[in-house]
Amino acid sequence: MSEENELSQIFEILGGDFGHAGSVSTKVKEILKEVGIDPSIIRRAAIVAYEAEMNVVMYARKALFALTLTPGQIHFKIEDEGPGIPDIELAMQEGFSTATEEMREMGFGAGMGLPNIRKNADRFLISSLVGRGTMLSVYFFLNQESRG
Amino acid sequence: MSQYYYHSIRFDQEKCKGRMKCLRTCPTQAIRVRGRKAVMIEERCIDCGECLNVCPSGAIVPLTDPFGELTRFRHTVAVPSPALYAQFGREILPHKILAGLKKLGFDDAFDLAYTCGEVSFAIQEFLREYQGPKPVISNACPTVVRLIQVKYPDLIDLLIPVNTPREIAAKNIKEKKSKQYGLAEKEIGTFYITPCPVKMISIKQPAEKGKSYLDGALSISDVYGPLLSAMEGVEKESYRKALESICILGIGWAMVGGVCRTLRLRNSLAVSGLTEIIKVFDDIERGRLRDIDFLEAYSCPQGCVGGSLTVENVYSSYNKILKLIETLEFEKIKACPDIREVRRLYAQKYFFLDRKIEPRPLSPLDDDLGRAIKKRKQKEEIYEALPKIDCGACGSPDCLTFAEDVVMEKAQLFECVFMLPERFRELFEELIGLFNKALFINQGSRPGEKDYKKDKKD
Repeated sequence: MSEENELSQIFEILGGDFGHAGSVSTKVKEILKEVGIDPSIIRRAAIVAYEAEMNVVMYARKALFALTLTPGQIHFKIEDEGPGIPDIELAMQEGFSTATEEMREMGFGAGMGLPNIRKNADRFLISSLVGRGTMLSVYFFLNQESRG
Repeated sequence: MSQYYYHSIRFDQEKCKGRMKCLRTCPTQAIRVRGRKAVMIEERCIDCGECLNVCPSGAIVPLTDPFGELTRFRHTVAVPSPALYAQFGREILPHKILAGLKKLGFDDAFDLAYTCGEVSFAIQEFLREYQGPKPVISNACPTVVRLIQVKYPDLIDLLIPVNTPREIAAKNIKEKKSKQYGLAEKEIGTFYITPCPVKMISIKQPAEKGKSYLDGALSISDVYGPLLSAMEGVEKESYRKALESICILGIGWAMVGGVCRTLRLRNSLAVSGLTEIIKVFDDIERGRLRDIDFLEAYSCPQGCVGGSLTVENVYSSYNKILKLIETLEFEKIKACPDIREVRRLYAQKYFFLDRKIEPRPLSPLDDDLGRAIKKRKQKEEIYEALPKIDCGACGSPDCLTFAEDVVMEKAQLFECVFMLPERFRELFEELIGLFNKALFINQGSRPGEKDYKKDKKD
């Protein structure tokens, strides 16, 4: 694959920045629309990008969100500096959440974030180091025939 | 790739002074200024009419029908948007407005609010059984439908498949009147009295690509003056009796939130104004608002009462409709369609759109994904070099769009005033190069330098 056909962009997400929460996923979504990715894939990617972004805003100090787009796939890598996840298996269960009362009142932290990411991704990898941070790697495979 | 789209607005090249207000206000970046004249990119325009409202030169003209259109038909029926009632409120009630319309030259005037009421019930029925993704989005505003088709194609399945009251009414009128008078359906002219120009396109080019049952649209602002004089002689009915003929569900369609309020939907949202709608649609795309059942969205502020072809101040007409609803609630007047009849028709699929609304997403940067990615990368690189102040002097609405126009070879980089010094430097270097070359060629006779010096002394 030639590098010419590869688009990489890195976005910064700040923990606790609810005012701008969602702006990275909006930018990612715009890029995917402009190059003509299938709407159903965009919809899944937008949900994943948003859930990942919200996880950073709610729990981490900051993170880098790297988008890499090639004709074959979309790849998101979200690496945060934060508390990390002690028990990933538990965190992957629907409904499990460590969100505060306030977050829940605002409609966040229903314990659907990570399960939702896994559900919408074609491939999903997660690794975490307690006290250091969490790394998510998410892939969407692009079927050339499905492009309009 | 290019496809012809009908649009309800036209740019008058004579009147356009290239003042760029439209350029900056367009929510879908569908306008460019080329050679000091505004031009429209047809594929991008969603007919919201924002440009119409800001043009200081009156160069953007809505294409509604003139009164003369009525003569094309044997029998004509006015179908006024409930927003027409909102212009008058409790002072002049619908029954008098309908009588006034008849005096203006229509053979009949139909109370669209009644059909709106039927459709409100049909929406209620639809939502009761609905199991799919949420929120279901109202399709009453053609601009919202087009915004989804163009910019949010992935939300297309959320649009409610129930047809709009104006189309259902027009279909009904044609069927009934043609039987009643022994005329062909095409001899019956149905004219929507519209608060906005976008309804005109939904007639000429329905979003679902079917055929509209309406034959034309007259603007509220064109009708208003003649209607006021026509209503002068109309016999007054008692206030109570006039009130009792108003369908409370139907008049709710004139204002944002009116459908949800009069249906008493518990879990619904109402939003108006394109910037606000875009925020809400972005949220839906992120997977939020999934717990909301129904979303009423209108491109004009406060709903149809805020249409660019209305007369009364938008907040005043909003208030007039609200007060009318409150009066009807207080008096416990419903005058609504029979819900059992609506349910019977609903079961027969009477309220549904004939066809599915298909998305029409903007063309990607390139049909080949590899090349599209490359172009997106170039766009980002160009954008990084631009001043990012979105001055619009280049004729594109903002720096990011300009970068795209450059990549798509629809604009040249030096059209950005901030790129001009760089362009000057290039040209200057080119000139110096040429000059040196000329000097070198002519070195034999060495005329250049000598003559130049001599000239100077003279």
